[in-house]
Amino acid sequence: MAKITFITQNNIPVVVEGEAGSVMALAVENNIAGIDGDCGGVCSCATCHVHVAQEQFALVGEASEIEKDMLELDDDANEYSRLCCQIDITPALDGLVLTVAG
Amino acid sequence: MKKYQSSDPFKDARVTSGCAHMNDQDDPVTMILRLKDVRKTAHNWKTFQSGATPGRIVIPSEVNIRDTRQIPFEVDPPLHGSFRSLLDPWFKRPLEEHYQETLAQQVNALVDDVLKAESIDVVEDFALCLQSRALTLLLNTDVGEADTWISWGTHVFRSEDDPLDGDKAAILYDYIDEKIKASSPNPEGDLYSVLLAAEVEGKKLTHEEIKGIMILTFAGGRDTVINAVTNTISYFAQHPESLDRLRKEPEIIGRAIEELIRYFTPLTQMGRVVTQDTQVCEHAIKANSRVSLCWASANRDESVFESPNDVILDRKLNPHVSFGFSHHNCLGATHARQIMRVLIETLVAKVGSIDIIDFEENIENLGEFERKVGFRQLNINIHPR
Repeated sequence: MAKITFITQNNIPVVVEGEAGSVMALAVENNIAGIDGDCGGVCSCATCHVHVAQEQFALVGEASEIEKDMLELDDDANEYSRLCCQIDITPALDGLVLTVAG
Repeated sequence: MKKYQSSDPFKDARVTSGCAHMNDQDDPVTMILRLKDVRKTAHNWKTFQSGATPGRIVIPSEVNIRDTRQIPFEVDPPLHGSFRSLLDPWFKRPLEEHYQETLAQQVNALVDDVLKAESIDVVEDFALCLQSRALTLLLNTDVGEADTWISWGTHVFRSEDDPLDGDKAAILYDYIDEKIKASSPNPEGDLYSVLLAAEVEGKKLTHEEIKGIMILTFAGGRDTVINAVTNTISYFAQHPESLDRLRKEPEIIGRAIEELIRYFTPLTQMGRVVTQDTQVCEHAIKANSRVSLCWASANRDESVFESPNDVILDRKLNPHVSFGFSHHNCLGATHARQIMRVLIETLVAKVGSIDIIDFEENIENLGEFERKVGFRQLNINIHPR
């Protein structure tokens, strides 16, 4: 079980809980604004872009090359960007704070 | 070669050069073949524009058969974004439960019909009907309208003998003109009425703008959906074990949809007009010439996809560009994905096996390349579970 906080574009934090699966799927289940997950989580659509809190970036780790290539062309990307369909929920993510990009 | 297979004619050119050239009605095209280059080019709308002469970014060019600008497809930012803001919520309706239930009823009824038939042509008897009936949902219009659209045949622009049949295009344009004239503004009505009631950047839409949106909605989702459905059936005909697997592992259906759409890439390419002298993968490209974003080649890029020529139903990392990329990504993608999901779920529930009797492939001639994009005919026997 991990509690994850999403901060949406109107700056309202939403705390949700998940056990397994991807962070994107958790966000979609909970109707987090700005996370669409159109491609279902195969890293094709870039509609699940989040910024990880700087001090927590090590928890989720670096993006893969394929994911970095997607982010490279996203105007809102920064060094703490991730596509959250590529982050699997584990207990280690408890307390993670993600800001929805865009 | 297996009947469902879609070959990768671009491989040598993609690996050795990254680009290729084709002529199209004396308006040549530089085809961009690698995934990264395709994505970068699609993203750079200032240098590679969509808002050129209407019809010019389509390959083959429709400049000689169409004056109406398709919207938002042939509009560049920032106006493009204003139209997308208006249209995106409407085109996300396929995520609603009622929409999905009605679509499932349509597909169930159609599959029940073909299970009773001796044999069917998947293109005419199944995919065209499915696409047309589903489009009534996207337009929020009477399902009876589908009969008219079915009577137009498989491509609203392309007849059997002539890929750019102006008379056939006129049928669609005249039909849309009449429909807009017969509609009244109503934000709760069908798409014509909703657009008549809508504003973009503080202004009501003109007849010509509404017509441009409607032409895109009809044309963009016609042969693409028909190709996706027909190719998917051909794949399951040759892979009954995949139907079994999806029955046992329904959780991978989402990945299977993306993989089938990657592998078959229902739309081979889309053009852009170059606004200034530039280069793509070290090839010089002149201002006012055309490039194409070759989705079909990019989706087989061996530097990105493992075993690109295999269908791997549960492929986890699949950064395909079958729905385009960046600003102009496919407006109808949510509808298309929902059609694929309902189709696969229905086949899994009802169909045991499919036998291919005979077929005629639909081959595109693209300069030095020939690419199978689907079938002109696919005659099958389909057997219940």
